[in-house]
Amino acid sequence: MSILVGKDTRVLVQGITGQAGAFHTEKMLEYGTAVVGGVTPGKAGQQVHRVPVFNAVRDAVKATGATATVIFVPARFAYDAMVEALDAGLRLVVTITEGIPTLDMVRIRRRLQGSASRLIGPNCPGLITPGVCKVGIMPGYIHAPGRVAVLSRSGTLTYDAVYQLTQAGLGQSTCIGIGGDPVLGSSFTDLLPLLETDPQTDAIVLIGEIGGTEEEEAAALIKKAGIRKPVFAFVAGRLAPKEKRMGHAGAIIAGGKGTAAEKMATLKAAGVTVIESPAAIGRTVAAALGTRAGRG
Amino acid sequence: MKLHEYQAKQLLEAAGVPIQRGVPATTPQEAASAYDRLRAACGGGEGFVCNVKAQLHAGGRGKAGGILVATSAAQAAEHARALLGRRLVTTQTGPEGLPVTAVLIDERVAARAELYVAVTIDRFRAAPVVLASRQGGVDIEEVAATQPSAIHRELLEITEGLTPAAARRLTDTLGLSGSQAEQGQRMAQGLWRFFEAQDASLVEINPLSLLEDGRLLPVDAKVVLDDNALFRHPDLAGLRDESQEHPLELKASRIGISYVGLSGTIGCLVNGAGLAMATNDIITLCGGQPANFLDVGGGANVDQVTKAFEIILADARVKAILVNIFGGIMRCDWIAQGLLNATQRLQVTMPIVVRLQGTNVEEGRRLLRQAERLNLITCDELEEAARKVVELAR
Repeated sequence: MSILVGKDTRVLVQGITGQAGAFHTEKMLEYGTAVVGGVTPGKAGQQVHRVPVFNAVRDAVKATGATATVIFVPARFAYDAMVEALDAGLRLVVTITEGIPTLDMVRIRRRLQGSASRLIGPNCPGLITPGVCKVGIMPGYIHAPGRVAVLSRSGTLTYDAVYQLTQAGLGQSTCIGIGGDPVLGSSFTDLLPLLETDPQTDAIVLIGEIGGTEEEEAAALIKKAGIRKPVFAFVAGRLAPKEKRMGHAGAIIAGGKGTAAEKMATLKAAGVTVIESPAAIGRTVAAALGTRAGRG
Repeated sequence: MKLHEYQAKQLLEAAGVPIQRGVPATTPQEAASAYDRLRAACGGGEGFVCNVKAQLHAGGRGKAGGILVATSAAQAAEHARALLGRRLVTTQTGPEGLPVTAVLIDERVAARAELYVAVTIDRFRAAPVVLASRQGGVDIEEVAATQPSAIHRELLEITEGLTPAAARRLTDTLGLSGSQAEQGQRMAQGLWRFFEAQDASLVEINPLSLLEDGRLLPVDAKVVLDDNALFRHPDLAGLRDESQEHPLELKASRIGISYVGLSGTIGCLVNGAGLAMATNDIITLCGGQPANFLDVGGGANVDQVTKAFEIILADARVKAILVNIFGGIMRCDWIAQGLLNATQRLQVTMPIVVRLQGTNVEEGRRLLRQAERLNLITCDELEEAARKVVELAR
């Protein structure tokens, strides 16, 4: 299997009785994901799409043997939901929720230090092993099983990139939306080493954005020869409106302005194939790998 | 949410951080009485000297003529009259500038040295960080770029906060000793506690002035609060100054649309921020210029699509529109119907290029073709769509 989720992944949905939770539970079940339980405090005993609902994550894990959770609860309750998932020992926590306070995420990241759990998100579409297991909100049908991994900070742009790959005859091993928030559970640099050692992955596509230092950190890791598999990258936002910033601290931390041009140059210098046009992602990867390499 | 200098200083003072004395004013009359009050508070005599500082959500005021010196109540009123209601253009505001809705009448202080202290989040390391430098003032970014070692970074453990040892390292960096070091440590603690308690994303003191009399005093303060945490601070919501936000951007944000005006001629309507940026990129690559960045969000409905069109059309520079939707959860047939309704209702006559991809795309495209509207052009591929809209906007 590819990384993080596979056929043995047993998934809980936190916030399953909410509109988004219920809708995506159905979509994940349709895709073939083993959604084994849901959690909404005070709603134990109910069922959503025939999935049993529990009051607490611990109860759900005990009853179902769940190994992963996907969180849809509103932002103000997301910190608590993540803490509950980590306390219950779940190895994979995927937080779809957007709008979580940054300091809450800082506290969650502190809890993750030394923990065996991995967090993907927040404010992300989730992750998928095409044809096997989908833990998130991406449209399943655009994916195809194969050997190209996709890591992205974006949502619909990731779908577009994945669709281009599929159209070009390149399937995917794993697609992960790491999220668009300032503080994330997992960064490109956390996931790249897993893909490097994944026997199902031949090449990696990174979809970056302006702001932050994700791309620069990834470039540094790749350059240190940590990553030998071919890496392709697109960075969105070369003409993005400059964030009307206030103060200087952000620029001081980033050590630069975090522009698309700077990020592309840094990635290029690290040996990454940088793709200029968002419409050329599929064909560039296909031309470099040959479509045969990408078939599953 | 950005705060004005005077709001930031009031909050910091309430949190126990010593602050330069100042009184805000929103009219020339208020400025005159603010001068008198400040003079009395400082024990100043005839000809007491103060600054009249324009309040706006951007830096670079001094160089843009936003800080004036007054030596009488009448002069303070005169300066306030000159600044209030005016749009001030600084290096950080863009060409349109920002309106001045308040001034701060501030005590002038004689500084021996100007230092820099800030608290923010190091995103990648997921930790709060305190930055400090001896070389504060307007060129701090230049210092950061050319002499990174001149800026000390103290990463904090969120569970421990700013430890006494870390605070001592900060004041050592700033070259402070004795009672000044103690003042500096207390101030750093105060800034950190304020940052954490109010869910700030930035607290920046620049300059932190070391005065001739030995006191340390923040002379300017910038505070940005985390919008996502405002639900925990209902008392702070009233500090929002909507005059500092672009009217169209504000209108869009109220209905969950992320919009930023740009200077080109091609209006863009896209779902998702990354795809919206990528759409602007490809328009640029094809030789065109986007008029805006617009993300209708993941769950946009017909009403929102209509409102997005209204916002795009409010920009008179727009000559053609590119709609780029990748339907995931949002079905393409449904978006197509929304598009037809919106453009009909608003009687849009300018050309619209539509690129739909994703869920139920065939049905969506069929709906658009059947409509036989002359100004609606459908393209399957993004590049083709971008080229076409660039051509039409010429």
